[in-house]
Amino acid sequence: MNASIKFYQTGTFTVGNRLLSPEQRSVQASLERSNAINSGHRACQGCGEALGARYAVDAAMRAVNGQLIAANATGCLEVFSTPYPETSWQLPWIHSLFGNAAAVGTGIAAALKVKGRQDVRVIAQGGDGGTTDIGFGCLSGMFERNDDVLYLCYDNEAYMNTGVQRSSATPHAARTNTTMPVGPEPGAPFGQGKKLPLIAMAHEIPYVATATVADLHDLENKVERAMSMHGARYLHVLVPCPLGWGADSADTIKLARLARETGIFPVLEAERGEVTAVSKIRRRIPVEEYLRLQKRFAHLFGKPGHPEMVAAIQAEADRNICRFKLLDKTEAV
Amino acid sequence: MRKQIEGSRAVAEAVALARPEVICAYPISPQTHIVEGLGELVKSGKIAPCEFVNVESEFAAMSVAIGASAAGARAYTATASQGLLFMAEAVYNASGLGLPIVMTLANRAIGAPINIWNDHSDSMSQRDCGWIQLFAAHNQEALDLHIQAFKLAEELSMPVMVCMDGFILTHAVEGIDMPTQDEVDAFLPPYEPRQVLDPAEPVSIGAMVGPEAFMEVRYLAHAKQTVALERIPEIAAEFCDRFGRNTGGLVRSYHCDDAETIVVALGSVIGTLRETVEELRRDGMKIGVLGISSFRPFPLAAVREVLQGAKRVVVLEKSFSVGLGGVVSTDVRLALEGAPVRGYTVVAGLGGRAITRASLASTLRDAVDEKLEPLTFMDLDWRIVNRQLEREAASRRSGPIAENLLRDVGSVASKVS
Repeated sequence: MNASIKFYQTGTFTVGNRLLSPEQRSVQASLERSNAINSGHRACQGCGEALGARYAVDAAMRAVNGQLIAANATGCLEVFSTPYPETSWQLPWIHSLFGNAAAVGTGIAAALKVKGRQDVRVIAQGGDGGTTDIGFGCLSGMFERNDDVLYLCYDNEAYMNTGVQRSSATPHAARTNTTMPVGPEPGAPFGQGKKLPLIAMAHEIPYVATATVADLHDLENKVERAMSMHGARYLHVLVPCPLGWGADSADTIKLARLARETGIFPVLEAERGEVTAVSKIRRRIPVEEYLRLQKRFAHLFGKPGHPEMVAAIQAEADRNICRFKLLDKTEAV
Repeated sequence: MRKQIEGSRAVAEAVALARPEVICAYPISPQTHIVEGLGELVKSGKIAPCEFVNVESEFAAMSVAIGASAAGARAYTATASQGLLFMAEAVYNASGLGLPIVMTLANRAIGAPINIWNDHSDSMSQRDCGWIQLFAAHNQEALDLHIQAFKLAEELSMPVMVCMDGFILTHAVEGIDMPTQDEVDAFLPPYEPRQVLDPAEPVSIGAMVGPEAFMEVRYLAHAKQTVALERIPEIAAEFCDRFGRNTGGLVRSYHCDDAETIVVALGSVIGTLRETVEELRRDGMKIGVLGISSFRPFPLAAVREVLQGAKRVVVLEKSFSVGLGGVVSTDVRLALEGAPVRGYTVVAGLGGRAITRASLASTLRDAVDEKLEPLTFMDLDWRIVNRQLEREAASRRSGPIAENLLRDVGSVASKVS
């Protein structure tokens, strides 16, 4: 489904619309666009989550002809979009609690089924905290019952809304306000954390995919694919957070792309527990290029630095590349 | 139709007659028979259309009910004890959002120590959650209250908890009048939501609310409960007209007109109290019983009207506020503010301790003789309490309390002669 893009310039990962066929072009604004999350919200400059959610929800709206209801976990997305009466949501939307978005989605889907409104579809969404930690029980329940809900996790790798604390999606060595870069093993500890897409796959639900805001077409395609199916579906979107990652607002897309190109964040699709497609790495990049752009990893570099930790992160990326076959056959791992 | 039927089954069939559209089920004793019954009724097609969701926790049970209710479905669940605590965040959320979910609470003690038997600690822990809390005195009332609860909840757009004593009612087989579907349909109109998630008319529900409006939202919840104070007796009267049974309402009094002593209580113990009072009246004691059916909203005026002529009021509670005393007593005393009535709190029946007529009669005689302490723990085994206190005084590492007491009590088998 990912049409290969011909890159005309070497050494770049960006591609302008003018080089793409019309159906491949990104459309920022158009009359047809539902703008499910309208402008004027209070997200930070360069917020990956606002971008990811806007493209994901709009793609879902397109896929189901606007017949969509969203349940939202507490978190950045909920807070920046709803200080009333400035709600950004142009679709029926409910926020209940931090840890129950998946269950609320289940309830909505059950009600729609009873009402005979199977034309109306349901998404539930939250950040990594609301998904991998506090909402995990409800999410796993929704998965195992195969409830007709697409769950979207916008993963910015920590509790950003409460001021950058570690979640189970926080990468190893990253500085957060609960994993400070002090002591002999600074940052988030190695050997902890969970990979939710793999856990979702273990439920053998119809569809699991990962995506990043570096490739919005890929994100849109995956949402579309998910909405063409019924049952429990999970889409895990990497959304860089300039504030929490200590990165330039202008680098959001670049960081998402580097996460994929280093192998740190494998972009894949799976059906019923089996991987069906992966986005290949175009040109392999050392993790250092990704890490150096983020102040949350600043303690790994400089003096004395922690080259052993950088090497450990590189080993994790290499393992992903190997495990998910992220390189073309022509390039050896 | 007259039936001999278990309380839980009666409630399941009553809920079925209310045509629920989404039922969330999670097992916890002693409510389990209710959701088992409903599961069977849904699976066999007797309740249709209806989605029966086997959720993974009570927190999910209430959350699924929230989603279903917000999407316009009539939603129901049941729980007890730890289950209510585990869903507490969603319990407050349901009332805060104004979603008319109906939930059965099969009253059970809260641990630790873990205990599956009946008291009212679970209800009282959620006293301020914004739900209407109705208490059933017997199984017929439990059945009737569920049908009334859906009407009340949906009219006011506010959730209702129907509380029935775990085991004492849920597991008791009694004669029950089961209404017909036509009768219930005539009484309970289809659910017409005040707010609904609908793509044709998109709304945001559950937005962030700051200091500019939060107090007003909370006040409006209180105002609704004030309206409920009027509607609860009206709905009970309408129910009585249609079904011929006088159940529900705010309060129910027995022999209170000339009573100098009135016992106030909630739930199934009212039956035992009525018999005790009959016995004491035969001895010439001017004593009556006031049963509170609606604990939230609390009927201050109705309670005052009945109690203000008495000399003394004994509040019999199956729960207590640790470090203070009575929970219901506090509300009763507020109702009696300024009235020259002596107040006593009797804590009884915690964790399923039997409340016997003999103990009640003796306690109430003490009250009339002015020998009762303001706060009394009825039938407390002082022997094991004092032994534990001695143990704690004697040794720092005195060990786990509950296990020490159980050892002192001895095994059940050792007491069988």
